[in-house]
Amino acid sequence: MKRLLLGNEAVALGAYEAGVKVAAAYPGTPSTEITENIAKYDGIYVEWSPNEKVALEVVLGAAISGARAMACMKHVGLNVAADPLFTSSYTGINGGLVIVVADDPGMHSSQNEQDSRFYGMAAHIPVLEPANSQEAKDFTKLAFEISEKFDTPVILRMVTRVSHSRSLVEPGERLDVGQKEYVKDIGKYVMMPAMARGRRTMLVEREKKLREYSEKAGINKIEYNDTSAGIIAAGGAYNYAKEAAPGASFLKLGMVWPLPEELIKNFAQKVERLFVVEELETFIEDHIKTLGIEVFGKEYFPKIGELSYEIVAQGLQAAGVKSEILNLAFEDRVEVKASRIPPRPPALCPGCPHRGVYHVLKKLNLTVTGDIGCYTLGALPPLSSMDTCICMGASIGSAHGMEKALGKEASGKIVAVIGDSTFIHSGITGLIDVVYNKGTTTVIILDNSTTGMTGHQEHPATGFNIKGEPAYKLDLEKLCEAVGVKRVRVEDPFDLDNFEKAVREEISAKEPSVIIARRPCALLKRNRSKNPPYYVNTDTCIGCGVCLELGCPAITNRDYVSINETMCAGCGLCAAVCPTESIARGDMRD
Amino acid sequence: MTDTAILIVGVGGQGTLLSSRVLGEVALSGGFDVKVSEVHGMAQRGGSVVTHVRFGERVYSPLVGAGQADFILAFEKLEALRWVGYLKKGGMIISNTQEIPPIPVTLGFQKYPEDIDEILSSTVSTCMVDATGIASDCGSPRAVNVVLLGVLARRLDFDRKLWLKAIRETVPQKTVEINMEAFRRGYELLQG
Ligand SMILES: Cc1ncc(C[n+]2csc(CCOP(=O)(O)OP(=O)(O)O)c2C)c(N)n1
Repeated sequence: MKRLLLGNEAVALGAYEAGVKVAAAYPGTPSTEITENIAKYDGIYVEWSPNEKVALEVVLGAAISGARAMACMKHVGLNVAADPLFTSSYTGINGGLVIVVADDPGMHSSQNEQDSRFYGMAAHIPVLEPANSQEAKDFTKLAFEISEKFDTPVILRMVTRVSHSRSLVEPGERLDVGQKEYVKDIGKYVMMPAMARGRRTMLVEREKKLREYSEKAGINKIEYNDTSAGIIAAGGAYNYAKEAAPGASFLKLGMVWPLPEELIKNFAQKVERLFVVEELETFIEDHIKTLGIEVFGKEYFPKIGELSYEIVAQGLQAAGVKSEILNLAFEDRVEVKASRIPPRPPALCPGCPHRGVYHVLKKLNLTVTGDIGCYTLGALPPLSSMDTCICMGASIGSAHGMEKALGKEASGKIVAVIGDSTFIHSGITGLIDVVYNKGTTTVIILDNSTTGMTGHQEHPATGFNIKGEPAYKLDLEKLCEAVGVKRVRVEDPFDLDNFEKAVREEISAKEPSVIIARRPCALLKRNRSKNPPYYVNTDTCIGCGVCLELGCPAITNRDYVSINETMCAGCGLCAAVCPTESIARGDMRD
Repeated sequence: MTDTAILIVGVGGQGTLLSSRVLGEVALSGGFDVKVSEVHGMAQRGGSVVTHVRFGERVYSPLVGAGQADFILAFEKLEALRWVGYLKKGGMIISNTQEIPPIPVTLGFQKYPEDIDEILSSTVSTCMVDATGIASDCGSPRAVNVVLLGVLARRLDFDRKLWLKAIRETVPQKTVEINMEAFRRGYELLQG
């Protein structure tokens, strides 16, 4: 019976059916649910790794040993894993190896909008791209076949709207692929210059064979219709294009690297005008141009952000495609004369422990090099206490660099803030650098005992593994001490006075220091002790707005200041900052 | 029935995902091709969230385009206003009367529009429902999503039994009774 599955659930099902034995990942929207769902199947070893590079190395080892293995990550995760990626292309595999990478056009939950297809081209690794959940499952299985047939890792490229959309999937049986025999072969698996040179030649030959394969691959298919316009598209972009131009002819690509050049030439000859509809960069378009074929693309469709049905339809309309073959429903949209609609940016949750930290940092007016996680929201008003956010782990190196550049001037003015999961992912190496190179940076580790931003995954310092089983709990204090930080202290970010004192002391110290701001995430079921909500005594409230400066979604100021009872988590921060003692716990009300 | 498109909009954390899941299951058991596009990640932290549901003979895009929505189910009034342009002419907006001021309003940088009801009802067919109040009556303010589904169900051609089954299978075990009641109250609310 068909099931309504997320693209990510379908990839997990595909991995299960393909007989995957080992899976590893680091969370990252929009890829996270793939691994969470793999963890629900028996017969697959699955782990959250500390970062994507480790995840890819784990599954590469598993594949070399002869098992089918899979790593999952978001687009920027592939940057972290790029080092093993490029050379895994040289070693090839033994058991099938698939790397799932989920791009985020439109940057719904990301710091940039990079296009992972270029990794396939640059590393000489084939790339498959599904358009819906059924394809997500089928292409995952096919990716393993291609991997083993051509002795190569295969990239499965997802995008947010395929990962996070549900559509119908026909489940199948799990294949019994077993474990292939491992044979020692240093010419293949030990990449040093002499061996790598040989493998480099192999790469070129393999890619030629893969290109031949893509010419005949069933997942690249032509759908002839009206031939005045022919559209080449893949994945999510195909859906929008199909909807925008139901009457046009299509070449739907399932394999976006290497591209089927002959098939493209044939299709181009049969249609009057050729279009490429693709999100982000001109990946397919540029390649077609190198074949000497006239093609239209980004002059009609934006390079930036997500496409949609109406963007594609408008582009085709502007290109002069006849309206008989287009769907112009967007022209029927309702026009509303509305007053200015205030935006609704995301915010730290009520009860979030990060809020206490930012309240103090704002008060002390420090320069804060930031990092990636829920706590990045502290950059927004009213907390407005972050100066930089670049990539995971960057806070510590950046603070150190600023300090070295500014010298004495910076003394006591810069701190780095970094989440617990992010610190383990790639912050620890930055801290080693600070100590090794005589920095004096203060690092605040926001230890909320979870990977919050991506939906509460376990990590090495939570004491649990992906299956929720108890695991060794990494001791952050000892870790920091071990790299040579002598000033390591643990503070409660809701104890505002003490926290402020701690920050003042550590920034004035002439050596590296670490403050671990420890308090569990307010949403964590495991630690949730629900306090009664707070209320505002309107008789004594003078409307000074100090509590509003905390940016808590539960506090509002319309005519008077009030606290939304169902939203309030009872953390009491607002009561702590109120100068007139007008906020109190609901159960203290007399 | 031809292709039906429904936009479910609200504030991160309000439980919009559950209603799209139920709606998707109902359409599936009704024999349609279904696509549902969800929001996970950053926006769930109190931001504006929108879920797209489409069903019909064959659905390609998981997104409801501007001018394509037959219904908008809004969990919050400002969000109803934000997304109303996605409605097709003749479409209908079903909105909770609850107002949740976003941070720029809380901080006094911007005003929460006072005239949302008038703007909506003068432009499109509108059904305002105190879903939060009804849900609280039924025993949990979190059942807003199911109250609104009840209101919507009355306007779609699926057998009521399909709805009840999908809700039973989707909501947490402990809350089945509350949600059954919430659905009934929404379903029997004849307004607009
Ligand atoms: C290389 C890379 N991998 C994954 C992500 C996705 N991501 C963003 S923040 C984050 C983790 C946040 O956890 P933590 O540092 O504990 O902070 P919290 O959100 O709990 O405050 C992840 C996994 C990313 N942005 N970059």
